[in-house]
Amino acid sequence: MSIKKSLVTAGAALSALPIMALAQNQVNMSPGVTRVGAEIYDLHMLIMIICIVIGVGVFGVMLYSIVYHRKSKGFVASQFHESTKVEIAWTVVPFLILIGMAVPATSTLLEVYDNDDAELDILVTGHQWKWRYEYLNAEGENVSFFSNLATPQEEIYNSEAKGEHYLLEVDEPLVIPVDTKVRFLITANDVIHSWWVPEIAVKRDAIPGFINEAWSKVDQEGIYRGQCTELCGSYHGFMPIVVHAVSQDEFQGWMSAKRADKDAQIAASSVDLSLDALMTEGEAVYKTQCLACHGGQGEGGVGKAISGSSIAMGDLGVHLDVGIKGVAGTAMQAFGEQLTDVEMAAVITYQRNAFGNNTGDVVQPSDVAQHKQG
Amino acid sequence: MGDHHHGPAKGLSRWLFTTNHKDIGTMYLWFSFAMFILGGTFAMIIRAELFQPGMQLVEPGFFNQMTTLHGLVMVFGAIMPSFVGLANWLIPMMIGAPDMALPRMNNWSFWILPPGFLMLASTLFMEGGAPAFGWTFYAPLSTTYAAPSVTFFIFAIHVLGISSIMGSINIIATIMNMRAPGMTYMKMPLFVWTWFITAFLLVAVMPVLAGAVTMMLMDIHFGTSFFSAAGGGDPVLFQHIFWFFGHPEVYIIILPAFGVVSQVIPAFSRKPLFGYASMVYATAAIAILSFVVWAHHMYTVGMPVAGELFFMYATMLIAVPTGVKVFNWVSTMWRGSLSFETPMLFSIGFLVLFTIGGFTGLMLSIAPADFQYHDTYFVVAHFHYVMVAGAVFSMTSAVYFWLPKWTGRMYNETMGKVHFWISFVGFNVTFFPQHFVGLAGMPRRVPDYALQFADFNMMSSIGAFVYGASQIMFLYNVIATIVSGEKVSDEQVWDGAEGLEWTLPTPAPYHTFEVPPKIEATPAHG
Repeated sequence: MSIKKSLVTAGAALSALPIMALAQNQVNMSPGVTRVGAEIYDLHMLIMIICIVIGVGVFGVMLYSIVYHRKSKGFVASQFHESTKVEIAWTVVPFLILIGMAVPATSTLLEVYDNDDAELDILVTGHQWKWRYEYLNAEGENVSFFSNLATPQEEIYNSEAKGEHYLLEVDEPLVIPVDTKVRFLITANDVIHSWWVPEIAVKRDAIPGFINEAWSKVDQEGIYRGQCTELCGSYHGFMPIVVHAVSQDEFQGWMSAKRADKDAQIAASSVDLSLDALMTEGEAVYKTQCLACHGGQGEGGVGKAISGSSIAMGDLGVHLDVGIKGVAGTAMQAFGEQLTDVEMAAVITYQRNAFGNNTGDVVQPSDVAQHKQG
Repeated sequence: MGDHHHGPAKGLSRWLFTTNHKDIGTMYLWFSFAMFILGGTFAMIIRAELFQPGMQLVEPGFFNQMTTLHGLVMVFGAIMPSFVGLANWLIPMMIGAPDMALPRMNNWSFWILPPGFLMLASTLFMEGGAPAFGWTFYAPLSTTYAAPSVTFFIFAIHVLGISSIMGSINIIATIMNMRAPGMTYMKMPLFVWTWFITAFLLVAVMPVLAGAVTMMLMDIHFGTSFFSAAGGGDPVLFQHIFWFFGHPEVYIIILPAFGVVSQVIPAFSRKPLFGYASMVYATAAIAILSFVVWAHHMYTVGMPVAGELFFMYATMLIAVPTGVKVFNWVSTMWRGSLSFETPMLFSIGFLVLFTIGGFTGLMLSIAPADFQYHDTYFVVAHFHYVMVAGAVFSMTSAVYFWLPKWTGRMYNETMGKVHFWISFVGFNVTFFPQHFVGLAGMPRRVPDYALQFADFNMMSSIGAFVYGASQIMFLYNVIATIVSGEKVSDEQVWDGAEGLEWTLPTPAPYHTFEVPPKIEATPAHG
């Protein structure tokens, strides 16, 4: 039979392909490093196995029919077309199986929703196209920072070999302590994003104007990677999440260092820098913050051209306004909070002197601070 | 006026002014195939970019335009109009009516479609590009942050919605008023039943979609804040409204497909459909449940736990009537006298792959597990199993099944079978690996991905090119049949096929059942 032969060939091709790849690729959900994650994994496996068993049964009956009840074998059709008993059975039995699934699903869901008694609160804000983390501190000042994609454009556009963590690496990861119930307060600044790290079993939409809650208690130290999972514009695929889960001591040390950094930044903004120093720093900031929209040579793209621009070559106050406050209703964000005064001064200086703009203007951190105060 | 036995008009005016259900059906079918090729082209661009990690062919913004237009064109341009075309051709022939109840409106509901899609496609050439916010167009990405072309998108949706509403009113009016004497509701072929129920779903939810896009229009141009928290609105409100339309919408797509399979499987099993009455009730149950499950698309938006539980339980319940349908089809085959012509192959392909899509649907209904599945390639795999292997396979089966009756010519059976096997293998090579990358953590709607997803994505792309190319064979086979296919020798075409349409001459004349047929005392299908 030609059909049988092609069935066998097709089946072999189908089963061979995944198996070839199985050896090196992850094919299933990860149980992750939290108790809730493991429960979700168990639930996933339970439902999948029930489905496979039912599938084998249904497809088995069908296959038997296909092989034996053929016209070509002279099989004569029966004419039965109903059976109340059978029909009741296959309505009631699936219903009971569903109840069996709903019980563990409900208890896991209740656990996912139990946001009480968190030991650490972190505000997660989605921006186009980066994440901002703010550690809420009842006693002192909050620590906050932005977390940007660290993969260079050269790797994305294939002029350099891709690194091991291509697209899943950031300049500054989120750091959390292990064995601690961490609550994430998730929101967004512009459009809807979604914060997902599979291994710590958290996915929650980040919605502008609303704050969602989620929590995780990580059992093992390690680095866990995730991505934005709600379409949020052009660079939706380029805003990863990296979580470093560290011991509680290490976390305290990291936190103190972050606080010291912040003080150092405040001190640095009162020091004037040379044009060369500003240009070097400015180029680095431009590459991570501006290049995606404004182009490698300031030629523009999603954003306006900077080369020869009336803003970058015109009044400094207007240029600072655009950088600090953004342009409402466009993709140009307010960078005032995202960059330190030193970084802002550097990138504005860079834009006013690079790409043939050559205005010769030097903008100092103190100018930025002064401009911010109005 | 005058002669009622005229044939079709000549030239272009035949198609422009026609009120004939067969002509309009034909136009719907060709239009939807053109849209299928267009949406497929967008899919090929998507799969070509995803062939390897890194950006190679298109920019991320254009990639998003492709995913958006692929979804919109396939859902609103290919699948929905194709089943409306089928309804136009078949419903009058199946219930013994001379034509549709509202023939002029029928003409209008087709002819506003091409301008609607022209308007949608023209956005590709506008400044800022085509819509790039996904076919679900969540606010505020689709309002405050959208390209100016969004306004054209909104009006295109309005036009398509008006077309769908008119089409469904026509179908409801036809089924309620035009049945031949003796064709009681419970004697109607299942295809007619599924369309009857689908038409009610359409009339109920298309206005909701129209409301959603109108609110977007207001937010964009008239300063309202329906979907902006800054002005007292709520972006999540958009999602509730969208999915109140969107979930019934997926049943609008799949119910007529159920109807087709329920005609084809009994024909090639040479055995009546098992459990006709329970099929009707299951279809109605699925339709009713479809109105109370919408938020299962939104488990991660931060609903209260009570809401999550309600939508989870309601969604799981859909597995019961869907299961009944699958069991009924398998029981129809059981102890039948099976043969495997192309329509049967596509219907069996539907049955197997749709069931797999149903299983993943059940997995997705489990809210806590969905926190890991949501918006990953696991979802992409799931809905392509039900939309492509479900709706498109069923549609393909329908074309092969009824084409000989429509044209009086037989398609090339060998080529049909080859088309099936290439489609079946190509489809699975494309979409099965997507379950794996989804579970392993690959989000959907990304133009680039981490290295661990590379192998399966390449496999997916190869499968997609094979599946896409196999549709050219389908097109060739259909055209060759119409132009030079062998004349059908047996007027009945398929020895096991039952129903009024098979009692007509082959090819079906331009006007049929001008005198109502006599309906046998015993129903053909039960």
